[in-house]
Amino acid sequence: MDLKDRLTELKVKALSEIGTVEDLKKINEIRVNLLGKKGPITEVLRGMKDLSKEERPVVGSLANKVRDELTEAITQRREKLEIIKTARKLEKEKIDVTLPGVPVKAGQPHIIMQVIDQLEKLFLGMGYQVVDGPEVEEDHYNFEMMNLPKDHPARDMQDTFYITEQILMRTQTSPVQARTMEKHDFTKGPLKMISPGKVYRRDTDDATHSHQFHQVEGLVIDKHITMADLKGTLQIIARTVFGDEREIRLRPSYFPFTEPSVEVDVSCFKCEGKGCAVCKYTGWIEVLGAGMVHPNVLTMAGVDSETYGGFAFGLGPDRFAMLKYGVDDIREFYLNDVRFLSQFAQKG
Amino acid sequence: MKVSTKWLKDYIDLDINPEELAEKIERTAVEVDSVSRLDKKLKKIVVGFTVEVRKHPESDHLNICKVDVGEDDLLQIVCGAPNIAANKKVIVALPNSRIAGNVKIKRSKMRGEVSEGMICSLQEIGFSDSVVPKVYADGIYFLPADAKPGEPVYSYLGMDEDIIDLDVTPNRADMLSMRGTAHELAAIYDKKVTLKKPELKEDLTDNISDYIQVEADKELAPTYLLRVIKDVQVKESPMWLQKRLWNAGIRPMNNVVDVTNYILLDYGQPLHSFDYQKITGKRIEVRLAKPGETLQTLDEEERELLSSDIVIADDNGPIALAGTMGGLNSGISADSQVIALEAAVFNSSAIRKTARKHNLHSEAAMRFERGINRATVAEALDMAAQLISELGNGKVISGFAVGAQANVQSIVVTITTKKINDVLGTGLQDAEIRDIFERLGFGVEEKTGSFKVSVPARRWDISIPADLIEEVARIYGYDNLPATLPSGELTPGKYTYKQQVIRDTRSILEESGLMQAISYGLTSDKKAQRFMMEDAQPTKLDFPMSSDRTTVRMNLISGLLDDVAYNNARKVSDVMLYEQGRVFYRDADSDRPREVEHVAAAMTGLYSAQSWHDEKKQIDFYVAKGVVEHLLTKLGVTDISYETSQKHEEMHPGRTADIFVGNLFIGFIGEVHPNISKEYGIGRTYVFELDLQKIIDFNNELIVYQPVSKYPVITRDVALAVSKDIENADIINFIKAQSGKILSKVQLFDVYEGAKIGAEQKSLAYELTYSDSSKTLADDVVNADFEKVMSKLQEKFNVEIR
Repeated sequence: MDLKDRLTELKVKALSEIGTVEDLKKINEIRVNLLGKKGPITEVLRGMKDLSKEERPVVGSLANKVRDELTEAITQRREKLEIIKTARKLEKEKIDVTLPGVPVKAGQPHIIMQVIDQLEKLFLGMGYQVVDGPEVEEDHYNFEMMNLPKDHPARDMQDTFYITEQILMRTQTSPVQARTMEKHDFTKGPLKMISPGKVYRRDTDDATHSHQFHQVEGLVIDKHITMADLKGTLQIIARTVFGDEREIRLRPSYFPFTEPSVEVDVSCFKCEGKGCAVCKYTGWIEVLGAGMVHPNVLTMAGVDSETYGGFAFGLGPDRFAMLKYGVDDIREFYLNDVRFLSQFAQKG
Repeated sequence: MKVSTKWLKDYIDLDINPEELAEKIERTAVEVDSVSRLDKKLKKIVVGFTVEVRKHPESDHLNICKVDVGEDDLLQIVCGAPNIAANKKVIVALPNSRIAGNVKIKRSKMRGEVSEGMICSLQEIGFSDSVVPKVYADGIYFLPADAKPGEPVYSYLGMDEDIIDLDVTPNRADMLSMRGTAHELAAIYDKKVTLKKPELKEDLTDNISDYIQVEADKELAPTYLLRVIKDVQVKESPMWLQKRLWNAGIRPMNNVVDVTNYILLDYGQPLHSFDYQKITGKRIEVRLAKPGETLQTLDEEERELLSSDIVIADDNGPIALAGTMGGLNSGISADSQVIALEAAVFNSSAIRKTARKHNLHSEAAMRFERGINRATVAEALDMAAQLISELGNGKVISGFAVGAQANVQSIVVTITTKKINDVLGTGLQDAEIRDIFERLGFGVEEKTGSFKVSVPARRWDISIPADLIEEVARIYGYDNLPATLPSGELTPGKYTYKQQVIRDTRSILEESGLMQAISYGLTSDKKAQRFMMEDAQPTKLDFPMSSDRTTVRMNLISGLLDDVAYNNARKVSDVMLYEQGRVFYRDADSDRPREVEHVAAAMTGLYSAQSWHDEKKQIDFYVAKGVVEHLLTKLGVTDISYETSQKHEEMHPGRTADIFVGNLFIGFIGEVHPNISKEYGIGRTYVFELDLQKIIDFNNELIVYQPVSKYPVITRDVALAVSKDIENADIINFIKAQSGKILSKVQLFDVYEGAKIGAEQKSLAYELTYSDSSKTLADDVVNADFEKVMSKLQEKFNVEIR
């Protein structure tokens, strides 16, 4: 058999062997055996020294071709086997993806704080500052500076926890208005503030009354503030908290520290104003009180009521949360049952 | 104030359905509580005539009645009312009728006798107990003799009147009267009112000065008038009057008292009637009560009078508490014949004080507190005197006694169209504004957009331009106002540093897995003073409502433990709550406390539950400490140390640490003392409380970037066997102090106590990390430093290096 035939036979045999091998180790052995220094091709190439000058390049070229072909075949086979091997390995690593994930420990803000946060974000965006005030307040700021002198009948509207004759648990966040106005330098621009916080009333706790609840006070004082500005601001509050579709309506009311004073209703978000249990079949829900700051309040705080004026509003995050989430017992907010609190974990 | 639309029609021509009217009032004037009528939902309730009443043979309290209900046959009705009688007009609920509470009345048998319906009391057809005349309180009601059998009873009883219940705000006391309400509606609907004036006939044979002398302190009673009516027969009032009273929620009594109540409703003017013959000395004085004086009031209560109480006194002493309640002794009885009738204006703050101190919040007191129409005091008195004389066949003595009589004038307020438009953001014209003032019945003088408005005395709530602006706004309609936003100079809206730290603290704790709790700021005296972090006095309520809420809190943990207890009691055993809020520390020489921002947490039960994936993890000291460490790190607090502490008596003495930043105490962490846990009925609970204000005061700067070393670090591990009473912090601090600069970190990675080591020993394993940012560290440099420290450790703590 001449070298050419040997090469051809070798190729056929080797290709068949490569094609059937199933083991990565084996294919390595085959490579070493076939293409190594002691392999048949090397042997053929060594035998070339006995060939004629004419035959040498022909056989040499053939031998190289066979070696290339076999190298290629081995590479391909090895790649294939590697893919299979990986697939088998991954097959073994299969897990049950329907098993539950490892819980991530996460708390969340109290629902009332979520309402307050939402309002703070809204008002910071409109250039208001957030101002805090004392919870244990002076009668002077809580009432008198709010145009509620001693013996004013409207004091009956708010039963008060007194500590001494002059010191009390604040019944409203309004005293922060007076405290802030006193300090504000109007030559440096308008006063735009909100003041969220706890307030206290001498009330027996039941489903709709709590001796402790929250308020967010709002106040804007500048040279040209109108009641239309108040109406527009209230509309934004209603739409931010209760949805973009909401309308508001103002009704006359009475607060000693504003004149005119209004009660603000928002169109019912449950029934879209058609009438349901939430809005007591009126289509409207009372949500807050507001008005134009009473000149006496401005004057007492040292603000020139001829030049300056403005609006104020006060709203109850507890009531907002009750309405928005259908909570029917205000006490839930302060008992902190984990099962209650955790219901409000959702963002937004 | 319950307003009957039928009564209103006497004064103003309005033909509007009551719901619509209520809506309009609500949008323009005051809130409306309800719109109702008593005959709503009632069916087949008619006038009956008791032709015959006989005893039920099988019962000692039932009677069998034959009742004429306007049909051919008499109905047989069994009746159990004690006052049933023959020949009376009664209220009959026919078979298949509906009475109050939607109860259906059927033909039935009572102890063998057929009963075709029911003879009703007023309560049974929907009247409130509080308005049913006393004589009918426990029995059936007798209709007027001229009632026609078979006709529905509703109009006889005024049940067909629509009642609008107004929730009148304190400023609109003018609407606590029918006449005031009529004026308001006239303004709303642009109508005119027609009000009846008294047509009093006085008996000129007698003069008031022969009957009584009156003295009044003008400060206490700016107006005090008295009339006397003689030869009065005290009796039941006519139906028209009774209907008006009970529809307004007032119980009819007798013609004298009823008239005073009627005038109260009509004019908003409280009146008081005295039995003239009981006034000693025929002299009345309005004065403050004297020390030791007492008065038995109409409710039969013996009251000790206060020196702030205004009283009406005769020669023997007080006979009435002015404006709030009369004295029992001088009150009207069935035998009264001569009536002294008082119409006055009392000092509103004095009345308010009396009403509060004696808990006497009457209709009269409410009106005196809020103010009454000073222009109609005398008119109301005349109208009352006229009615009493008419209804009681009496004679009004000529003239009236005057203790005081204040001058009544309209208030003039000036305002401009520009001012109104500037405040409301509207573009109203002069004529529109004039029209609104005129509709309100105000006098108007206008000169090119400048108004001089004379406000009648009935609207004493109006005294400044802002009040007029409100009148314009509400009559113009709030719905018609445009909606804009404040223009003008822009202001930045941002949190202060303190506010930002507080909000950061909240979100850091939330991301650590804690839920925010909001507990009560008022607690018991005991709970307020626990878990204290500094010496302070409690701030206590003067007049608490319950012993649970007497004192303002001086710690947040007590509230959180209340929350844990609430959860544990409801079988929720895994609780991780935090609270951010204020504590209230009072200095001994101050009435008001300092309000200090704190943050606290309470954690109990499992940190994570057993799952297919992980072992359960119980909350312990170190879980809680991890939260504190994370919080402080995130807030940029450095130089923090934890020192074992036994100074908190509410805390476990072996499991509590005080937390310091440098030398400054900022809070504590640990396990709640078992005695306290037992008191609350809660499981082992770990808590911490930090003075957030102190952290805010550090005013931590922004993080400064530290370059990361490019050279590899070298670590050395060591396990140290030490005596159990040596703390990790001692070792770590020592290692840090003794090592060279190349030591970058020391970390504890294992703690072992147990059989493999002596009973008094524990093993602590540390990893020491060495690095140099300027060059690659050589092993021998590290070894030298490490060995030096180890040998010093052995000397200092007698440790065994394992």
